[in-house]
Amino acid sequence: MNIHEYQAKEIFRKYNVPVPNGGVAYSVEEALNVAKSLDSSIFVVKAQIHAGGRGKAGGVKIAKNLDEVTLHANEILGKTLVTHQTGPAGKTVGRLLVEEGIDIARELYMGIVLDRQTGQFVFMVSVEGGMEIEKVASETPEKIIKEWIEPGMGLQAFQARKLAYALGLQGVQVREAVKFMFALWNAFNASDASLVEINPLVVTGNGHVMALDAKMNFDDNALYRQAEILEYRDLSEEEPSEVEASSYNLNYIKLDGNVGCMVNGAGLAMGTMDIIKLYGGEPANFLDVGGVANPDTVSNGFRIIMSDSNVKAVLINIFGGIVRCDRVAMGIILALEKVKVNVPIVVRLAGTNAEEGARLLANSDIDFIVATSLAEAAEKVTAAIKE
Amino acid sequence: MILVNNDTKLVVQGITGSEGSFHTAQMLEYGTQVVAGVTPGKGGQTTETGVPIFNTVQEAKDKVQANTSVIFVPPPFAADAIMEAVDAELDLVICITEGIPTSDMVKVHEYMAGKKTRMVGPNCPGVISPGAGKIGIMPGFIHQEGKVGVISRSGTLTYEAVHQLSSRGIGQSTCIGIGGDPIIGSNFIDLLDLFNQDEGTEAVVMIGEIGGTAEEEAAEWAQKNFTKPIVAFIAGTTAPPGRRMGHAGAIISGGKGTASDKIAALKAAGIAVSESPAGIGELMEEILKK
Repeated sequence: MNIHEYQAKEIFRKYNVPVPNGGVAYSVEEALNVAKSLDSSIFVVKAQIHAGGRGKAGGVKIAKNLDEVTLHANEILGKTLVTHQTGPAGKTVGRLLVEEGIDIARELYMGIVLDRQTGQFVFMVSVEGGMEIEKVASETPEKIIKEWIEPGMGLQAFQARKLAYALGLQGVQVREAVKFMFALWNAFNASDASLVEINPLVVTGNGHVMALDAKMNFDDNALYRQAEILEYRDLSEEEPSEVEASSYNLNYIKLDGNVGCMVNGAGLAMGTMDIIKLYGGEPANFLDVGGVANPDTVSNGFRIIMSDSNVKAVLINIFGGIVRCDRVAMGIILALEKVKVNVPIVVRLAGTNAEEGARLLANSDIDFIVATSLAEAAEKVTAAIKE
Repeated sequence: MILVNNDTKLVVQGITGSEGSFHTAQMLEYGTQVVAGVTPGKGGQTTETGVPIFNTVQEAKDKVQANTSVIFVPPPFAADAIMEAVDAELDLVICITEGIPTSDMVKVHEYMAGKKTRMVGPNCPGVISPGAGKIGIMPGFIHQEGKVGVISRSGTLTYEAVHQLSSRGIGQSTCIGIGGDPIIGSNFIDLLDLFNQDEGTEAVVMIGEIGGTAEEEAAEWAQKNFTKPIVAFIAGTTAPPGRRMGHAGAIISGGKGTASDKIAALKAAGIAVSESPAGIGELMEEILKK
């Protein structure tokens, strides 16, 4: 799960990770009130969307007085920002973060992620703050310094010192940075975060270490024990059809193509998308209906797939293991009595009772295109689109 | 065959839950030696299928010589269940449970270091050695005894590949679903190493997906060490970056873990890669004919 920058900064404050003073605003008036409450003569107005690259897209502005806060808030609120992370459609700004301006002496980078190779969380810092860290990682990996955290031990002071010195910090800043890192590790660890990134981490003009930006992602599998974090979920940042799917426990991701797919299992769902593309089509979605393809899950699946007006044909690919294909076929037939689908439907059933399933589909009143192999299914669904 | 054979004596952790009891019946039907179940508080009882239940894994080991465990325990308690099996020094623990928090698995990973037990999973369909035993949730009947090993990060996509092999008369030595999570017990290299030493395996199908760099590392390792042919498929060529494709581990992040990177690494290591998920069986057939 992703959250907004201002929410991540709220978490930071709770754990004593230094951040600039500021607050969230949903309107121009609120933005002005937040600015007035700050003891500052310079302000930053930041668009709050779940994507990076906001600055380049015009979503971050500096205001030298309260009038400029109004001006920028007016401009950014409601604006659609297109960044390298939003996709071409962009994201509309509904919330702002208004902060005091900070005098910046140095821009650094700090993050914590999971290292899959070692099975440990890793603390990363770099002096290349403010840059795209992916670019730094691929072009100059030696500029990223890492310390791995032993789970039983947590972050150790010597590790934090090593990182602080690697950032070129000196004197009292080292002690401050060590304290900062302990606080950050506590925030990360206690909230079951899967990623935290501070880019830039800054040294201020008067020598203090501070998180100018804050990004946090959380482990979806741990949200059951993170009630406070779950409250930060902003449904308006998510695709409505994906929100609906998740309420049915379906795993759906909307894509840009026109072939809707319904598959059991994540790997096979990805494989099905791939083979559609290989046969010249474009998948409209990823949809994993899971192990239980019963009439309810199938009809909910249809409803979500068909809510996308781009969909011109649907491919159902079920590999029956424990779930029997004749039951799935019944489910599909029953679902189509509830949900109207007026595009061609290609069904491929394989595994347990696949033949009975195919017979049920063939004998029903609905015009299915039945396929036996994965390749045949892909061929038929892409042909159906072209007709 | 590797991991599961005729000497495998299975204990099912979480045997009285709905998943656990259903799949215990399925495994018994396949001919797997299920010698025990564990549900704390229900020790002394027997399941409807006739399997004795114990309170702890240690008891199951001491009293009925269980040497392998399969876990159907719900996510909040699954990490603890794994550690219990490791503490009892079983040879193998296979964790089927999906949805275990990553930070729990980080602790499990640390706990297992230097211990005797091997883990497969979590979030996996399990391990099957056709004819010898089925441990997990895969449909037994699609498999055939034979000499091709299968290692996969996916569930149903593995069934798809096995189905393609079996329908061409190509049997399998052992099929392992390694799991779709970022932290897993056994990776491609661990299992390729076992298949390398297994006389009953002539070739291996390797099914990867987007996310992480396990396939790239396996490709590099296989080029140096693996003596048998490999056919690979990578799922997720069409997956958009930054989106979790069902599996917690299947996500392209920070420009890493793309299907094209993985396919390039596999090809560079001389591994045959099927572009299509429908072409895995065919490609293996061609390679075995050579």
